[in-house]
Amino acid sequence: MDNSKIGHHISEQFNKELEDLRNKVLTMGGLVEQQIELAVKAFTTGDVELAEQVIKQDNQVDALEMAIDLESCQILALRQPAAFDLRLLLTVIKVINELERVGDLAERIANMAIHLSDSIGKRDDYYELQHMADLVKEMLHEALDAFARMNIDTVTEITGRDENVDKEYSSILRQLITQMMEDPRNITRTLDILWTVRALERIGDHSRYICEHLIYMVKGEDVRHLTQAQLEKKVKG
Amino acid sequence: MTAQHTPTHTIDMSSVLQGRTVDTEQTEACLKVENLNLFYGHKQALHGINMEMPKKKVTAYIGPSGCGKSTLLRCINRMNDLVDNVTIEGQILLDNENIYDKSVNVAALRRRVGMVFQKPNPFPKSIFENVCYGLRIQGINDKRILEETVENALRGAALWDEVKDRLHDNALGLSGGQQQRLVIARAIAIEPEVLLLDEPASALDPISTLKIEELINELKEKYTIVIVTHNMQQAARVSDYTAFMYMGELIEMGATSQLFTKPVKKQTEDYITGRYG
Repeated sequence: MDNSKIGHHISEQFNKELEDLRNKVLTMGGLVEQQIELAVKAFTTGDVELAEQVIKQDNQVDALEMAIDLESCQILALRQPAAFDLRLLLTVIKVINELERVGDLAERIANMAIHLSDSIGKRDDYYELQHMADLVKEMLHEALDAFARMNIDTVTEITGRDENVDKEYSSILRQLITQMMEDPRNITRTLDILWTVRALERIGDHSRYICEHLIYMVKGEDVRHLTQAQLEKKVKG
Repeated sequence: MTAQHTPTHTIDMSSVLQGRTVDTEQTEACLKVENLNLFYGHKQALHGINMEMPKKKVTAYIGPSGCGKSTLLRCINRMNDLVDNVTIEGQILLDNENIYDKSVNVAALRRRVGMVFQKPNPFPKSIFENVCYGLRIQGINDKRILEETVENALRGAALWDEVKDRLHDNALGLSGGQQQRLVIARAIAIEPEVLLLDEPASALDPISTLKIEELINELKEKYTIVIVTHNMQQAARVSDYTAFMYMGELIEMGATSQLFTKPVKKQTEDYITGRYG
């Protein structure tokens, strides 16, 4: 792993603290990725046990968030970081907030899986939902990868994919509305599916936000609330 | 109770959104350093320094030991004239007049540019006599003027309340932090334009340090302040502009809020984040 950005402090201890912090964020990220994977699987296969496991594991995500928060707070107080170190700390605090929200969304999908297994009605094939899940998982994975490398060469490409996710979301939404109009008995089920698709769409958004935080960390430019075109321009400039 | 919460005007958010930025409208330069080279014998200690220090702002010099920051500070009131073997090239403009011009009266210059050192150096006299020393050597002996000046200077240096009942006690009986504020009071009693502070808080405990920092913040309403400090957090807290020096060169100068969050030069980044470059 490239340590050139966080290493080289005169204080070896500080290097270790920052590296430890980064590793904890990556552990949390890995856990959250796994949560999405399992939640989507539980949802598409109707595996209630798996869904319950996801709900249980959300505690771990929350615990990691609090541990990283505490550690960041201590580093801020004791080391008074500046420049890149300061931006790294601020970014870590924001990234784990995004990850925690993604963890909650995975939990929501797991809840919908349990709901849906109780309800009666036709079993859908979740081909499009699965595809959308794959898209957002990949976005999150690559965003975390960029964080691990502390390199933003690929991030504008990742944020660009959020538009595709939004398009898929609209398309699935249209289908679900049609289903509800065809037969009102479908409404309860369809709403559960809708919540899940919505959760996936939000995961895409949070992955995008993580990329935006990374741009701030590396370049010191605040690129939140920009269009994709504006964002690309800022990163290049 | 009547609920009248209809907004009749839009809320002005500009001050909230601005953050801590330096007010660029009032950045008229008080001091300008132009192509300054300084040699101790054959050894060059300052290399082609160019910088501007804005009026009524605090400029901090940071950098490792021996980088020339104190040397540069001393140039501003010609303290280096007292050192043997020093050659200075280039010029420093105070209100657009070169202070190294032959016509400049050095004593008069030092009245305009006061200086405070790392270790407080009160005279072994009473508190009162310490503060009015500058006036006395100018031949001012009117008791009323002296008393008024001493009170104002001590108030300005945030020391009045602590010493007002013992103005005629020996100044050496004060604590280190009080002595440092006394020395600042002595410097501002003669109403200079510029205050040079060379590590003013490095020999003080944290509470006295905070008092000095608070004082600097108040003093900048009246004076242009230049401070040399080893303590980067202190520079970050008290200054509007920061100049980073290394090996006798000015590497980077900018608004403090920018320099500490987003420095331009890698050397600056390495120094303020505690890395070896």
